[in-house]
Amino acid sequence: MPVLNAELRARIQTELAKYPTKRAATLPALHIAHDALRSVPPAAIEEIAELLELHPAEVFDTMSFYGFFRDDKRPLGKHRVWVCRSISCMLRGGEDLLAQLSRRLGVAPGGTSADGKVTLEFAECLGACEGAPCLLLDDECHMNQTEQSAAAMIDKL
Amino acid sequence: MPEFEPVLLARIDKPDSTSLAGYRADGGYEALKKALAMAPDDVTAIVKDSGLRGRGGAGFPAGVKWTFLPKNHPGPIYLCVNADESEPGTFNNRILMEQDPHQLLEGIAIACHAIRSRTAYLYLRYEYGRSFRVLDKAIRECYQAGLLGKNILGTSFNLDVYLHRGAGAYICGEETGLIESLEGKRAWPRIKPPFPAVEGLFGKPTIVNNVETLCCVTHVVSRGADWFKSIGVPPNLADKRDLGSYGPKLYCISGHVNRPCCVELPLGVTARQLIDEHGGGVWKWRRAKAVVPGGISMGFLSADELDTSLDFNGPLKAGCLGLGTAGVVVIDDQTSMVDVLANCCRFFAHESCGQCTPCREGTSWMKKILDRVRAGLGRLEDLDLLQEVAGSMGIIPGTTICGLADGAAWPVKNALTKFRAEFEEYIRSGRQSISASPELMAAH
Ligand SMILES: Cc1cc2nc3c(=O)[nH]c(=O)nc-3n(C[C@H](O)[C@H](O)[C@H](O)COP(=O)(O)O)c2cc1C
Ligand code: SF4
Ligand code: FES
Repeated sequence: MPVLNAELRARIQTELAKYPTKRAATLPALHIAHDALRSVPPAAIEEIAELLELHPAEVFDTMSFYGFFRDDKRPLGKHRVWVCRSISCMLRGGEDLLAQLSRRLGVAPGGTSADGKVTLEFAECLGACEGAPCLLLDDECHMNQTEQSAAAMIDKL
Repeated sequence: MPEFEPVLLARIDKPDSTSLAGYRADGGYEALKKALAMAPDDVTAIVKDSGLRGRGGAGFPAGVKWTFLPKNHPGPIYLCVNADESEPGTFNNRILMEQDPHQLLEGIAIACHAIRSRTAYLYLRYEYGRSFRVLDKAIRECYQAGLLGKNILGTSFNLDVYLHRGAGAYICGEETGLIESLEGKRAWPRIKPPFPAVEGLFGKPTIVNNVETLCCVTHVVSRGADWFKSIGVPPNLADKRDLGSYGPKLYCISGHVNRPCCVELPLGVTARQLIDEHGGGVWKWRRAKAVVPGGISMGFLSADELDTSLDFNGPLKAGCLGLGTAGVVVIDDQTSMVDVLANCCRFFAHESCGQCTPCREGTSWMKKILDRVRAGLGRLEDLDLLQEVAGSMGIIPGTTICGLADGAAWPVKNALTKFRAEFEEYIRSGRQSISASPELMAAH
């Protein structure tokens, strides 16, 4: 049984049409796999390599450069919450927010809550400094956060 | 001075600012029509005449860059739209993409006509999920309306625009890092030359431009080079290398101000005007101690330098690296510059791609030294050591491939010259703002 099902493969195939080389679809393919599987296990790397006509090591090399992708030893929870720790957020309490959420979820940045619902991460500038401190829930930004507002948002997930 | 009428941000508060119908009702895609009726080189000439300089950080004249493409090239030629916007303190590209995607798409189409490109890739940082969805929808609308795809507006011009999402790495904003990343590799910046205009994406001639630069192109074509030159700061004629600072600019204001925001103003507003007239003043009735003029890579202005004109020359004259992204971050007088600098150094240590030893080692040692200082274990010699490390990394001393290292060095250099007394006082006091971790203690 392949780890990438027919639908995921079809989506990767669609990406190929956008580029003159298959290799250029590496990041899109990794995103598709990572998003669905909550990590990129070695079997997925091999299957992506096959679709892109690359050596698995080439896919792994690219994947490992971007701290964004997780291997199957550290899979993501259902959602990912990134708290910005860069300058504008730090000046308005971003580091405290990260520490507070860390305590509340009982995990250090990088860890996943015991119920598997949320992976907490630190982020560098999210490009939303006018709403500092801010956080990203999956890929949607939420500005002007407090411990309470962030906790309420996480509770609703 | 009369109130400046925004151009790039003119539409962002409209309820349907993102729809094609709304954009067209406001005269959208007329500039593209005008450009398509002109020869490509004539469009490039207008952009060159306007003096438009790149808004992504380096300030290179856009029209001049376009002329670096090889003549009579059989193609393909690529346009890469740099939407990786990750410089701390910067968020104007996000607003342009989320609120007025067609203004950008029109600029992309005009630029592609000018440089004879039939394919544009928009490299979008992953974190900009909303921008992705807005642009994706806008691109679909364009294909349906014959504004992208084949025979655009009934002419022989064909163009495809693809969105390509990054994966959370600052270095993908460096133009050759971006190209490597698009090709599916690690984002290791390339040694230049060859420059992308000659050998870029997939080995083909490539132009990389920032989102805001391309939005400006739309208005330069529609209103003309003279209009653009009537805004901003003309060059100092005594300085032959001064290219001037023309046009409107999106300034981002964040940090310790009452009203963090993004405003569009003629190039050349001062830091003080931005803080007082647009940012609502420093918060909590405090005073500014330091101001980042254009993203943290550019260093710091001190409280005495707030009247610096934020054009392409002003920050340089004040010892900063440049105007950068015009992302202005205000730091109040209750904040420790030791903590601020440590935050900057941590960023660059995290984001160095690791190819060049002075940058990989230098950024991480600068962070470690500041961690030690903040753990109450600093020595005065540490400040000289920081200066030495900062002075030895970057394109300016000639030791690295890309400018990340210069950007990492600059806040250190500026902080230690402009705020040295504060660092010395901090070290002498033995204070600590972080606890000394076991691995830190073991490191020396
Ligand atoms: C480390 C580093 C990061 C950069 N990040 C960005 C970025 O996020 N967006 C951007 O437009 N330019 C960025 N640049 C500048 C680009 O290399 C390039 O000069 C720019 O995209 C050219 O477009 P422009 O001439 O329209 O400004 C970065 C440069 C360096 C050295
Ligand atoms: S200067 Fe730093 S970021 Fe740039 S290529 Fe060298 S190691 Fe990478
Ligand atoms: S510093 Fe947090 S969003 Fe920019």
